[in-house]
Amino acid sequence: MTEHPPEPFVPSTRFAVPGRIVASNRAAATWQPARLVEVRRETARASTFRFAVPGWTGHLPGQHLMVRLTAADGYVAQRHYSIASPPADSGHVELTLDHVEGGEVSGWFHRVARPGDTVEVRGPLSGFFAWPGDRPALLLGAGSGVVPLMSMVRDRRLRGTDVPLRLLVSARTPEELIYADEYRDETTPVFTRVAPPGARPGRLSAAHLEPYLARPPAEGWEAYVCGSNGFAEHASRLLVALGQPVDRIRVERFG
Amino acid sequence: MTVTRGFAGRSPAGERDPRLPPGQYDAGDSWPVLSAEVTPDLTAAEWTFRVDGLVAEARTWSWEEAHTLPRSGYEGDIHCVTSWSKFGVRFGGVSLDTFLDLARPHASATHAVAYAHTGYTTNLPLSDLTGGRAWIAWEFGDGPLDPAHGGPARLVVPHLYFWKSVKWIAGLRVLDHDEPGFWERNGYHARGNPWDEERYAGD
Repeated sequence: MTEHPPEPFVPSTRFAVPGRIVASNRAAATWQPARLVEVRRETARASTFRFAVPGWTGHLPGQHLMVRLTAADGYVAQRHYSIASPPADSGHVELTLDHVEGGEVSGWFHRVARPGDTVEVRGPLSGFFAWPGDRPALLLGAGSGVVPLMSMVRDRRLRGTDVPLRLLVSARTPEELIYADEYRDETTPVFTRVAPPGARPGRLSAAHLEPYLARPPAEGWEAYVCGSNGFAEHASRLLVALGQPVDRIRVERFG
Repeated sequence: MTVTRGFAGRSPAGERDPRLPPGQYDAGDSWPVLSAEVTPDLTAAEWTFRVDGLVAEARTWSWEEAHTLPRSGYEGDIHCVTSWSKFGVRFGGVSLDTFLDLARPHASATHAVAYAHTGYTTNLPLSDLTGGRAWIAWEFGDGPLDPAHGGPARLVVPHLYFWKSVKWIAGLRVLDHDEPGFWERNGYHARGNPWDEERYAGD
């Protein structure tokens, strides 16, 4: 018998990405109706879907939710999607979805869905990629990996906070850059295939990151990386090579 | 049941694969990588696997020592909580029973925390780790396990959602109680049985 509960097991290596917030188990467990109220085209492949979710309990930038579609015979398909909208968008959430070739769920959204349709959602889910807005944030995203990072950018703007935040967003071409009209001086776009006149296309490199990592804010950066596995591996290795501590790099990979 | 207008699913009713647990889809040839941390630079020479806690003999195996144990493997399906499943995969390594038989858990032992060289943790009942249902694997298909997928070696517990199958496995701490790991403290289910769709706490 022990008088005190046993100490939690602590591995000898500090885990890279301790959860920052406690996710609400109740919200995560409950499926609720989400009514599509607006569809906005972002690029040739990506659109933003805006939902009214009256029972939404709120989220932190960087969290995701699960969407469920149900066929008439009871078959269900469900996917995790990052939330694009800021928490202050009360009662509404926005998702920006790529149209995946042959995608069962994204195909329905891009080909069938129209305002007035209802799907089901549960969430917000997972606290590890959330940005509560307390620490300086260095955000690296590629393709639709920018979606959870945009929730952070929008939240910071709405709250008017001066916590440092930098976004480096990689896209193949200017036409494929999601949210292109919304970026301000916090953002550096990186074009890998076709760049605007006067710029050279190329992959995200140490030269893009050095200015921020050579002179980090006093409390250091919290780095958030989101994109394909190839991008996530590349970007996180660049960060480590430039001295960003591994336990302050959070990685969200598509899949 | 809330039917989604115009949604029929990828394949017609009656043709759905019985190998798919509820809410899962077939990832086909792809194998998505999902890890929350930077893939560690961990060589086979640096890798070790330890079993300690409530055991008669706490032990640590090096890569070479682990490779002297009887070979075992898993061939079958795996299921990720993010909704993809992958059919007919092959992992090769050593059955976890072999390691546990050498360490000899106490009669009071009920659970374990499995942890990675990165510090990632997950919790499992011992009953899910024994009886030929869990492996320490270093081969995938006919080749070595890729670092992004947990190489040099990972835990494989294929009857549970794959967040339980710790990449870059470093050890098992055997306990007499259940102690939530990383995702379990972040809202995920304590056990994670895909056939009962135990995705999140409360499912």
